[in-house]
Amino acid sequence: MTYDVVVIGGGPAGLAAAVSAKKAGADVLLLEREGSLGGILKQCIHDGFGLMRFKKKLSGPEYAERFIEEVKELQIPVGLWTFVTKIKKNPEGFSVWMVSREGVSELQTRTLVLATGCRERTARQVSIHGTRPAGIYTAGTAQHFTNLQGEMPGKRCVILGSGDIGLIMARRLKLEGADVLGVYEVKPEPSGLTRNMVQCLDDFQIPLYLSETVTRVFGEKRLEGVEICKVDEQMQPVAGTEQRIDCDTLILSVGLIPENEIAENLQVHIDPKTKGPVCDSSAMTSIPGVFSCGNAFHVNDLVDYVSESGELAGASAARYAKIQSVGVAQIPAEAEGEAAYVVPQCVRQEDVRGKVTFYFRCKRTLGRSELVVKTGSRVIQKKTFSAVRPPEMERIIVDLLKTEEIREPIVFELREVGA
Amino acid sequence: MKELVCITCPNSCHMTVEWKENRWIAEGNQCSRGQQFAEDEMTCPKRTFSTTVRTAWKEIPVLPVRVSEEVPKEKIFEIMDIINHITVRKNIGRDDVLIPNVLGLDADVIVTSNCLKEYLDEKQSLLQAEGKSAV
Repeated sequence: MTYDVVVIGGGPAGLAAAVSAKKAGADVLLLEREGSLGGILKQCIHDGFGLMRFKKKLSGPEYAERFIEEVKELQIPVGLWTFVTKIKKNPEGFSVWMVSREGVSELQTRTLVLATGCRERTARQVSIHGTRPAGIYTAGTAQHFTNLQGEMPGKRCVILGSGDIGLIMARRLKLEGADVLGVYEVKPEPSGLTRNMVQCLDDFQIPLYLSETVTRVFGEKRLEGVEICKVDEQMQPVAGTEQRIDCDTLILSVGLIPENEIAENLQVHIDPKTKGPVCDSSAMTSIPGVFSCGNAFHVNDLVDYVSESGELAGASAARYAKIQSVGVAQIPAEAEGEAAYVVPQCVRQEDVRGKVTFYFRCKRTLGRSELVVKTGSRVIQKKTFSAVRPPEMERIIVDLLKTEEIREPIVFELREVGA
Repeated sequence: MKELVCITCPNSCHMTVEWKENRWIAEGNQCSRGQQFAEDEMTCPKRTFSTTVRTAWKEIPVLPVRVSEEVPKEKIFEIMDIINHITVRKNIGRDDVLIPNVLGLDADVIVTSNCLKEYLDEKQSLLQAEGKSAV
């Protein structure tokens, strides 16, 4: 048997992709390397998920289980404890090799949806020097210990990086009785959502130190302390500002990188800005029949957007499996001015006559700003924002239907327009 | 006048709140929830929160829970203490009430995942299957 769509990854993106592909009439298989579906949402027990989609403040498991139940109702086959090891292109589609409890096996599929999520940057990737004691964890690992295993990662915690998971873990550890000594951020402004600064740090009197970082760790078997330094404008440690803080736990929340090992092996074209595949408006990568969604495509800050991107990828894969069409002409989408990136990176010719949802991030914090979407000298759409911050992704639905034929790139130009 | 950031949704509106004509008036909010948040924040700040509760099963050692409604911020640690003294010993799942009307605050502590239920149901069906094959 040849599947129409094989979805790799059972987190929020993969769940949405499997459901939407199945609803579009495709034969779908969902593969997940862990023993249960839900991905990272299983351990994200805090609430705030689904505000846009369900108008409710759900916890991660509640949000995920809504999709998991849909997968069950639609009787979509799921391979748990299954790890994809190799994928090869063949004339009809793709051969997928995997390892599961049944051993090594191979299957055939017309299309692939890569919903492999992202990985956390680790201590070695942010150049922390010193010994290698226990007690240094990424925020996600600490979250796994606390929320799934019911074990505290430590008693006196320092948090490096002000990413959302770090802020959420600061609150979580404080709630469970740990001393959270402070959150240190190398950049001059916080990386997390503003509401998380308020509800995770301010509410619990956890201090935030900007332009400061951890430069060394101390301790042989267990972490005994960290060295904190102030940094200059180039984010380089300033000599003479070293200060030792005694702690048994260092938690890193220093960024996420899309996980694209499978995509890279297939030689999918990767965007150096997003670190994810270059995709068109149907979520298809540079390899026809290979689709990408969720945090594997680009790192999102809201799960609602991840589900939306999964749904698009699943439906597009189902359609492609049936008609095998390859849109020839594609119109590039480009970020200009203060816009750091815009996705999807190009629009398929057939989508030029409709509405396309784009997501973008700004390069730096701006006050009142205007986004102008244009092609050549023609303005397609404008949108003003009261403020924009790099951690907060913006979404815009661009109506291409009302514009005349588009031949030149669609440019997203963001400018600050003053108070 | 006080500056606030509304935490109701990801828009994170920056607001100012001022006592005018016998009530708190918010400015800078994009929707009416901002006004409500500002009023609460100036009188009795409220929050929702999530945590886990211990179970009797080592395979699923903890079960995620949350408060069903906002509770006064100052009561959070008191509720945490109650939850931390409970061990779940029966099969409960999502939306089940762990503690009704906690501290009389008109909010329940509810379970937010079916992970324990699924584990126990599967274990039960395996036992039943074994029982049948033995007959």
